[in-house]
Amino acid sequence: MIKIEKRNDVSPSIYFLTPILAIFLTLFGGGIIFYVLGFNPLEALKFFFITPISDLYGFSELLVKATPLCLIAIGLSFCFKSNNWNIGAEGQLIFGGIVGGGVALLFYGHDGFYVLPIIILAGAIGGMIFAMIPAVLKTYFNTNEILVSLMLVYVAKLLLDYLVVGPWSNPEGFNFPETRQFSESARMPTLFDGLRIHAGIFITLITVFLSWLILYKTYLGFQIKVSGLSLKTAKYAGYKGKTMIIIVFMISGACAGLAGVGEITGPIGQLHRNISPDYGFTAIIVAFLGRLNPVGIIFASLIVALTYLGAETAQIFLQVPKYTGQVFQGMILFFLLGSDYLLFFKIKFLGLKKNEL
Amino acid sequence: MYKNFLRYIISVLFFLGVSGQANADFKVGFVYVGPTGDHGWTYQHDEGRKAVEAAGIKTTYVESVPEGADAERVIRQLAQSGHDLIFTTSFGYMDPTNKVAKDFPNVKFEHATGYKREHSNVSTYSARFYEGRTLLGHMAGKMTKTNVIGYIASFPIPEVIRGINAMTLAAQKVNPDIKTKIVWVFTWYDPGKESEAAQALIDQGADVIMQHTDSTAPVQVAEKAGVWSFGQASDMQRFAPKSILTSIIDDWAPYYVERSIAARDGTWKQQDTWHGLKEGMVAMAPYNSAMGSDLVKEVEQLQKDLASGKTHSFTGPIYDQKGNILVAEGSVADDGMLAGMNVYVKGVEGDIPQ
Repeated sequence: MIKIEKRNDVSPSIYFLTPILAIFLTLFGGGIIFYVLGFNPLEALKFFFITPISDLYGFSELLVKATPLCLIAIGLSFCFKSNNWNIGAEGQLIFGGIVGGGVALLFYGHDGFYVLPIIILAGAIGGMIFAMIPAVLKTYFNTNEILVSLMLVYVAKLLLDYLVVGPWSNPEGFNFPETRQFSESARMPTLFDGLRIHAGIFITLITVFLSWLILYKTYLGFQIKVSGLSLKTAKYAGYKGKTMIIIVFMISGACAGLAGVGEITGPIGQLHRNISPDYGFTAIIVAFLGRLNPVGIIFASLIVALTYLGAETAQIFLQVPKYTGQVFQGMILFFLLGSDYLLFFKIKFLGLKKNEL
Repeated sequence: MYKNFLRYIISVLFFLGVSGQANADFKVGFVYVGPTGDHGWTYQHDEGRKAVEAAGIKTTYVESVPEGADAERVIRQLAQSGHDLIFTTSFGYMDPTNKVAKDFPNVKFEHATGYKREHSNVSTYSARFYEGRTLLGHMAGKMTKTNVIGYIASFPIPEVIRGINAMTLAAQKVNPDIKTKIVWVFTWYDPGKESEAAQALIDQGADVIMQHTDSTAPVQVAEKAGVWSFGQASDMQRFAPKSILTSIIDDWAPYYVERSIAARDGTWKQQDTWHGLKEGMVAMAPYNSAMGSDLVKEVEQLQKDLASGKTHSFTGPIYDQKGNILVAEGSVADDGMLAGMNVYVKGVEGDIPQ
């Protein structure tokens, strides 16, 4: 007979070490997969995890990829910590991109230092407003925020489709589904010549710092934590649950919106249908891999970003399918959740007792 | 100072990359927008790549590269890792291709279906698919009983509108009563959406279905519903053996082989290629005998005439939906007009989404 028991004493250091264990298990599992596919596992893992960041350009690309993931995941951590399941960061990212992109198009041909800040602000507000829809519906009409936020992703995607095909499409672009390239004044400045890493990384770092401040040093952060641990306790303590729900969604949406605006004013430079390769969904993995902790999320975003880059280099050098990147992301999450389970529960193998027969 | 130091490091890295390149074998890279197993657009590009490989030239491909911020990195990585010629096979790679081309003047780039050649090492190429559409229109006009032709369209770009118009004009020629009904799906590849669109068109009375999207879903729906259909990009006959009358095949292989050899031998020059039936970039799969031997003969003749230039897909008089003349009697549309086509001809139902 097998009995599953809850563990009462989980030490914090183990709690933060399990993600690292999960990554090592993933490397091991990945090595086995490469071996089965007929590659030298060590060589394949080298192409996957080391080659992509073996030069300055690769390192810059890693940061370009990790910047939006980190930003979104930080926002999501506010929601997830307080038991609010915002699954629609992708939609909030796109809507932020739409609002920011709209402003950028409005300022087409304008020069001035004020253009970019206005665009960034517009993007954050756009994401924020879009995230408030599931929050308000949840607090006042008791709807399920998972469904509403998820379905709104499709609304945002279709709205973007409509805009880039129709009213916002480039007048000189032969009707192709994309807007004009934004003016130089509407672009995130790049930090180094020849590299794509842009000022968006500062927005992310500032956000990480502010989140840490809010989560660990303010009363709001305390409320968020208590509501996450026990909604009943939060109610007894007299916390205004509704306001808090709306605030965490606003923070989360603003972060996703900022990520969207960072993409379109950074590496992309225009609006088209593919402004995000599902960053909003991947960020959910990042948030949990980082234990919903601001510093953890920074590392998690770098690791997940690396799985994307690795999948590309592995395909270029070894011609393994690009989907191995997704396999790696899946494995990380699988091992993390698996070890979490063993962390919080213990499995007892009991011999059969006579009186049970 | 710091920036200069970085610049120095970068240039050293670039130099190492370039000098490594000179010794290595000649390599050709391909960037695909979909999976190689889509049996449509990407599948055909990959067939072309295999032909290059068969010609003794090393190739590499990266599949399912999103047309967003990632494309530039993938193209750059190919350029950096010693590829001498890079084919970027989707419209959305246009700006990234030109951006990377600027930094790698010694690498040649070929971008499919785009119009920007900002640097002398970028060529563009596309196929005159509309010639194939003319043949489909002829068959559709003859085969339809309901006089409704269903057309699943991807994006309202000139390329797609040209196909709709070419098909409609050819169908009208053999059957003045036909109507073209269009469903816009705003995707190149989405089997779910494509089959819904096919079903919607069949429900509206269409008994011939064709599509400017890449999956095999529409022909499979047509097969089930017992209406006629046409394959797109590759020969899709085995997915709908009864229903398919023929397929328009994108045959990139000869072009890819020719350009790869030219680049290897140093004779590669920038150009804008637009090949059709004549050069074989557009080819037709075997015609289904279910349409009768007379019709097969007619279509084969028409195919020959289009290839030889005796017949042109857009021969006047051509009117737009409101009845204004687009191409005068006795003349044919020039390439400039074809490249920017953004109005429907008479007989197409609905408006172009704007």
